[in-house]
Amino acid sequence: MQEIINIFVKSIFVDNMIFAFFLGMCSYLAVSKTVKTSMGLGIAVVFVLLITVPLNYIIDNYLLKEGALVWISPKFATIDLSYLSFIIFIAVIAAMVQLVEMFVEKTSPVLYAQLGIFLPLIAVNCAILGASLFMQERQYNNIGEVTGFALGSGIGWLLAIVGIAAIREKLRYSQVPAPLKGLGITFIITGLMAIAFMSFLGIKL
Amino acid sequence: MAEFNFKLIKNPLSKENPITIQVLGICSALAVTAKLQPAFVMALSVTVVVAFSNVIISFLRNTIPPRIRIIVQLVIVSLLVILVDQVLKAFVYDVSKQLSVFVGLIITNCIVMGRLEAFAMSNKPFDSFLDGIGNGLGYAVILITLGVVRELFGSGTLWGYQIIPESFYNFGYQNNSLMIMPPMALILVGIIIWVQRARNKELCEKE
Repeated sequence: MQEIINIFVKSIFVDNMIFAFFLGMCSYLAVSKTVKTSMGLGIAVVFVLLITVPLNYIIDNYLLKEGALVWISPKFATIDLSYLSFIIFIAVIAAMVQLVEMFVEKTSPVLYAQLGIFLPLIAVNCAILGASLFMQERQYNNIGEVTGFALGSGIGWLLAIVGIAAIREKLRYSQVPAPLKGLGITFIITGLMAIAFMSFLGIKL
Repeated sequence: MAEFNFKLIKNPLSKENPITIQVLGICSALAVTAKLQPAFVMALSVTVVVAFSNVIISFLRNTIPPRIRIIVQLVIVSLLVILVDQVLKAFVYDVSKQLSVFVGLIITNCIVMGRLEAFAMSNKPFDSFLDGIGNGLGYAVILITLGVVRELFGSGTLWGYQIIPESFYNFGYQNNSLMIMPPMALILVGIIIWVQRARNKELCEKE
């Protein structure tokens, strides 16, 4: 349990998706104009991460890894399908996003009105695929740790996008040099936020 | 054969640069540029993937049903990325280890999807190929600039070779280790955008 909490906290602050790995920057820059929409996108990302990363973990462990097919027959112990992981992961993500969209549309129209427009965007958000690939690379021990990692990364992303959106709302009233307006200043502020987040380096529970 | 449309290559290098103007493909641009070599390999891989996926999609553009086009595009792009990944693992294993997940992330690199949607779906294969090469090069220019600046000031080397002489260090010169940290990449891109827009006023955002 302590290990899971450790991974959770670490993936929010230390290995933050945006400030340490720059994943999901495209939608981060495009959708962070107001706090409300960025909150919507952030929640959608947490949601999709929580579903796809553990699912991909199961697929990786029981289908793709070297020796993962032993449960079918011991003869398959040397088969290594991990070169297929990119295409399988992206297919799982695209399919899950579609399913989640349909599910949310049927069950909760209110939530759909808030998340709906963001869900298709998420299929091609690098944070989602990135989380699955990191999960594969870091070799977590069990599904609990993977879920902790997925939740933590999602919340870290949410934190970052809501933070920058709040700053950008205030920024509208300040005098930024014309060539730096919009994109340029957003980059520099993100850089400064990343420096702030660096102070969490070495945190251990 | 369509005539060689030079503009398709030239524009993405400056005033339609995928990173600084179209804001596509930022994720990988920042993460792999702490050293020059991985930045160069990454730029090359992305150029190859963009160019060839543009060609393939452009050939198929009239047969793909619009409702499922995203998934068709993803499948084609991920096939190309798997090829690139296997080639990198076979020939430059060290670099492929350094790039880690970012090779896989070319699939969701917005440059690829963005150019497929914006260009290849409505243009001829040869033009799409040029557009892919052009955008790949535009991406490469930024990546290599970042790679040179960050490696030179961050570790005093270029492509792994020592550039800043030993005598400088004896006089008390220090490598700026902030340069190889992630935040500096963001700030450097901000500065590149600033310089580019200050030189070309048309690109400034109005608000």
